[in-house]
Amino acid sequence: MTNEDAQRLVLEIIAEIAPDEDLSDVKPEINLRDQLDLDSMDFLDIVMELRKKYNIEVPEEDYPHLASLDSCSKYLIPKFKSVSA
Amino acid sequence: MSGLAAGIRLALFGHKVLILERHNAPGGLNSFYSFDGRKFDVGLHAVTNYVEKGVKGTPLGKLFRQLRIRREDFGLCPQMGSRVSFPGIDLRFTNDVAVLQSEIEREFPRQIDNFRQLVREIETHDPFRLDDIETSARETVARFITDPLLLDMLFCPLMYYGSAREMDMDFGQFAIMFKSIYLEGFARPFDGVRRIIRVLLARYRDLGGERKMKCGVRKIHTSNGRAHELLLDDGQTITADHVLSSIGRVETERLCDDLPPESGKANIGRLSFIETINIFDRQPAELGWEDTIIFFNDHERFIYARPEDLVDPRSGVICFPNNYQYGSGQTLAEGVFRVTCMADFDGWSALHETEYRAAKKIWHEKLAHKAMEFLKPVPPKTLDDCTIYRDMFTPRTIKKYTGHLGGAVYGASEKVKNGHTHLQNLYLCGTDQGFLGIIGAMLSGISMANYHILRKT
Repeated sequence: MTNEDAQRLVLEIIAEIAPDEDLSDVKPEINLRDQLDLDSMDFLDIVMELRKKYNIEVPEEDYPHLASLDSCSKYLIPKFKSVSA
Repeated sequence: MSGLAAGIRLALFGHKVLILERHNAPGGLNSFYSFDGRKFDVGLHAVTNYVEKGVKGTPLGKLFRQLRIRREDFGLCPQMGSRVSFPGIDLRFTNDVAVLQSEIEREFPRQIDNFRQLVREIETHDPFRLDDIETSARETVARFITDPLLLDMLFCPLMYYGSAREMDMDFGQFAIMFKSIYLEGFARPFDGVRRIIRVLLARYRDLGGERKMKCGVRKIHTSNGRAHELLLDDGQTITADHVLSSIGRVETERLCDDLPPESGKANIGRLSFIETINIFDRQPAELGWEDTIIFFNDHERFIYARPEDLVDPRSGVICFPNNYQYGSGQTLAEGVFRVTCMADFDGWSALHETEYRAAKKIWHEKLAHKAMEFLKPVPPKTLDDCTIYRDMFTPRTIKKYTGHLGGAVYGASEKVKNGHTHLQNLYLCGTDQGFLGIIGAMLSGISMANYHILRKT
């Protein structure tokens, strides 16, 4: 799985939970909250969808790792690998 | 309604959910009924928190996202315009706060800067903090608004639409209500509250949620500080990992077998209401009655407290559900004229059946005429001429259909924002968690499901 793959999966989740957001130009290095209107309730949903769709557990203390697309892929790729192993 | 929202959230993430409803209609305080072939909303005057499409970061937007419902599904239509009417002075407001600002500028020129500062203070207030300490809204707001008349006028709609406390509210609650009414606004679906409930039910059903109607919880059996088993009205017992209760704080406590049946007495809400409904053979606008909602008061000060008499007609709320912008030439088939005033539950409860019926008749008349003092004058007898049907509810009706002790529409005076009870796996949502109104009720169910169950499992 590449960074792009992981980021695409995260963007798919965001598109599902926040269909009113324009995701065409999300910069991977910038915090999601600085470019999109997402709050803590939305981040809870990102975490819940990761679990539902991919069996990935993100404990609450790790939520900061989901701040930007870059940090998401860095944090999630090992997790994707271990659940698919 | 909070229970439905919580149920949707939980079902969305794979929890097995059962909603128990004692009544035969869903919705709780925001329900509906039919009588003689006419459809009525129970409580709905207006859905608050209305913002236009595209406005971000508001409770309405959060609600649609969290429930994964399309905004169009609720079919919300904005109000025409409302006002607060006090002796010799009217403040109009719409879904654009600039209107209220210019009214204040005209009537209270020395207060306009203070009002703007208050708005700024309120805009920075986070309504979803669950750990806020309760503080007096009167004291806090009086630091900004120094004219007692304007203070009363600003409080009047907010208290009527969501204060469980007499005379004052918690500042957090004030800020929520202020935003939801003055900075956001009023709307209504053409079909009333049933449209919203239908959408929630369909969503819940599609996610696999189950419901059991006409079956309340008779007892909560406890062991080791947990809700261990629920005994239902039909004699069945069921178990669950988590129990969310939307029936009220004291009402919930009294179901628990580890607490005395009279527990929480001091926390039973004191505020109840009567509402009269006149159905007209014409649109209210044909009589020159074009406001959506009018909050009136004819007393020197605005008194928000349980009345000593059966009803306190000095202040109240008038609502014309016809006066929303339904669009494309749509109008409700009949005119609807609703008037609400504060009422004394104990007084109404003590009446014998014949006295009760007589009191209803007398107060229906009195309220309608009182309300007319705040409306554009019409020739005598007009009201009788255009009324084709009357209905009314009293504190007794509220108790009967909602189960709220004391007929307290807005529940206990002390809210539990984090929803905790004395039992580990029993939580409150809805009125007594503290988010009020239709949007508030749904957000309460959502927040409590998130906070107590989804975050932790």
